[in-house]
Amino acid sequence: MELTGAQILMKVLQEEGVDTIFGYPGGAVIDLYDELSRTTDINHILVRHEQGAVHAADGYARASGKTGVCLVTSGPGATNTVTGIASAYSDSIPIVVITGQVPSKLIGNDAFQEVDIVGITRPCTKHNYLVKDVKDLAYIIKEAFYIASSGRPGPVLIDIPKDLTVAKAKYEVPDKIELKSYNPTYKPNVKQLQKVVELIEKAKKPVIFAGGGIILSKASDQLTKLAKKMSIPVAGSLMGLGGFPGTDLLWLGMLGMHGTYRANMAVSEADLLIAVGVRFDDRVTGKLDEFAANATIVQIDIDPTSIHKNIPVSVPVVGDAKISLGILNELLEKQDFTDIDRQRKPWLDKIDHWKKSTPLAYDQSDIIKPQFVVEQLYSVTNGEAIITTEVGQNQMWAAQYYHLSKPNHWITSGGLGVMGFGLPAAIGAQVACPDKTVVDIAGDGSIQMNIQELATAVQYGLPVKIVILNNRFLGMVRQWQELFYDKRYSCTKMEHAPDFIKLAEAYGAVGFRTEKPSEVRDVLKKGLSIHRTVIMEFIVDREESVYPMVPAGAPITQMLLV
Amino acid sequence: MTEKRHIFSILVDNKPGVLSGIVGLFSGRGYNIESLCVAETNEPDVSRITMVSIGDKPVIEQIKKQLYKLINVIKVNDLTETEYVQRELVLIKVTAKQDQRAEILRIVDIFRGKIVDVGFEHYTIEVTGPVEKLAAILKMLKPMGIKDVARTGNIALPRNQ
Ligand SMILES: Cc1ncc(C[n+]2csc(CCOP(=O)(O)OP(=O)(O)O)c2C)c(N)n1
Repeated sequence: MELTGAQILMKVLQEEGVDTIFGYPGGAVIDLYDELSRTTDINHILVRHEQGAVHAADGYARASGKTGVCLVTSGPGATNTVTGIASAYSDSIPIVVITGQVPSKLIGNDAFQEVDIVGITRPCTKHNYLVKDVKDLAYIIKEAFYIASSGRPGPVLIDIPKDLTVAKAKYEVPDKIELKSYNPTYKPNVKQLQKVVELIEKAKKPVIFAGGGIILSKASDQLTKLAKKMSIPVAGSLMGLGGFPGTDLLWLGMLGMHGTYRANMAVSEADLLIAVGVRFDDRVTGKLDEFAANATIVQIDIDPTSIHKNIPVSVPVVGDAKISLGILNELLEKQDFTDIDRQRKPWLDKIDHWKKSTPLAYDQSDIIKPQFVVEQLYSVTNGEAIITTEVGQNQMWAAQYYHLSKPNHWITSGGLGVMGFGLPAAIGAQVACPDKTVVDIAGDGSIQMNIQELATAVQYGLPVKIVILNNRFLGMVRQWQELFYDKRYSCTKMEHAPDFIKLAEAYGAVGFRTEKPSEVRDVLKKGLSIHRTVIMEFIVDREESVYPMVPAGAPITQMLLV
Repeated sequence: MTEKRHIFSILVDNKPGVLSGIVGLFSGRGYNIESLCVAETNEPDVSRITMVSIGDKPVIEQIKKQLYKLINVIKVNDLTETEYVQRELVLIKVTAKQDQRAEILRIVDIFRGKIVDVGFEHYTIEVTGPVEKLAAILKMLKPMGIKDVARTGNIALPRNQ
């Protein structure tokens, strides 16, 4: 039987188990949308801006562990997706973005709403395609899903010319995709892991550094088992939060520029650093030569390019985090470590001393402290909410004070740091997990970058909660200006903002605001109890800063403290 | 760390956009491309890219891994690690006045080149060989007045596989 391109697309999406598409229609995809209206088991969420569609697909993917899907039109629809794609690429999030393209015979003629989106997105996609023949369509879509979700995941874009959506072809897809040029290494070299066992045996001051790879490969259980069995403290990257219980005694907190004192000190003093699913971003390492200078470094990663890129590694292990940690645990199972607690005591005592001497801290006052809001949110939600963030101070306070304990509950634009990410990502997460509390922790600047998505949340009855920490500043930039530019607050004052309560109401959502610390908890409780889209605005101390802070390029032991 | 010249022989799917991906990778990450040569292999759906780049050890290692990461890259060979033969072809348009012609012909002969075009005032010479040989003939011809040069860039294959 012959199907149209549009029918083929829907059929493959169904076979891939896609239940939701985030998108925005237009001329080049009108036939796809027509077919979508007849496809009953795929929901479509109509966002208000294509950037929102990609962030929503990203949030959906992270909350659900599945691949997120977007559908947009050619030209401006396609270019509007670029920031979202670049963010997903930085954070290795599996999404498939389908863009319409002008009809094949017009390509290259500067046709109306034509852009070379394949060329534009080549450096920020894991792979991309311009479909040239409807006969290739089914295969390409299937291949795109395979590439997006396998190995080190990432965004894949498929550009489909309009004429191919109505052209017909026989529906043929292979059961299995095999590519001679793409074969991610899941199984690690066991000899390398044997070396890791020996290093663990000898180590006096071991630390595990866990990143987003733990979440992506669903390796939390294996990580927790390893850390507990061998009594090894665990630090996380921003992307790794939730991969290890944030309330556990072995948890050190986040590492790097705004990492905890104990995490930064422990990594700097460690004699063994076992890095899993991280890429040693400059926000983590600070000055490279002094990073973990006393440690033998083991790095486990599925992407060989992450290894030896920034940091020389003694024991590289190419493989999937879950499989590798699983094997490591099996190897350790065979050893006798009855004495391990006594052996680790001096190291863990030292860490405990750092924790007590220099905890995460802020001064209370009669003005609301943003950290206090996050602490209260943590308490009111029992630490069980899915947290998305915007970018800036709000993001760092969320990372520091919402002690995530489960994977897939922390959704932030880590690598690219996209302001405007949090609200659409929360929408995606809420679609994936309708019964969970989803909260976007936001700044007053960032929230205005994709505020239009309030309409999406309201239209689909998504009860996402938005906590705005309003400091009337682009706070993180202001903080840098305060610390490194003699308080010259160049263009960071947000003197004018909308009335967020009226704004919420105008969109059909609910709004609350308070300036009093004594009301913070009540506002949170009230806001969270309403099963609707809610903005909770907290007027916070304007010039509060995020501490600890390592100045860019300094060693991570050189922390500015409160 | 010392920088070295490396010749990469890269097998890729013969599909549109693949070369652009490779060139984009080099420009985006600030790697050098000294020369680049692309053509089909004996299998029509596979192309060989021969690329000469310069970098220190960590950079060369990253180049190799980053190339592998591209979905359409099938195989990357750093030929500098093995024994290999390399060739490049150059066309040289050189000023050839009456009194220089004999000398030019002698040089061309020594380098086993060919005259492929003649004018009243010039010869165009074709020479193939490894880079050093081409450098040598260019040096010899320079005093005559070189008007133009076109080079193909290096191609190479390992000696035994
Ligand atoms: C799209 C985008 N533009 C600019 C920046 C640079 N930037 C990083 S943090 C920040 C300030 C964010 O202000 P706000 O959202 O109010 O959050 P706060 O830091 O005050 O919590 C800016 C402008 C960015 N990360 N993303």
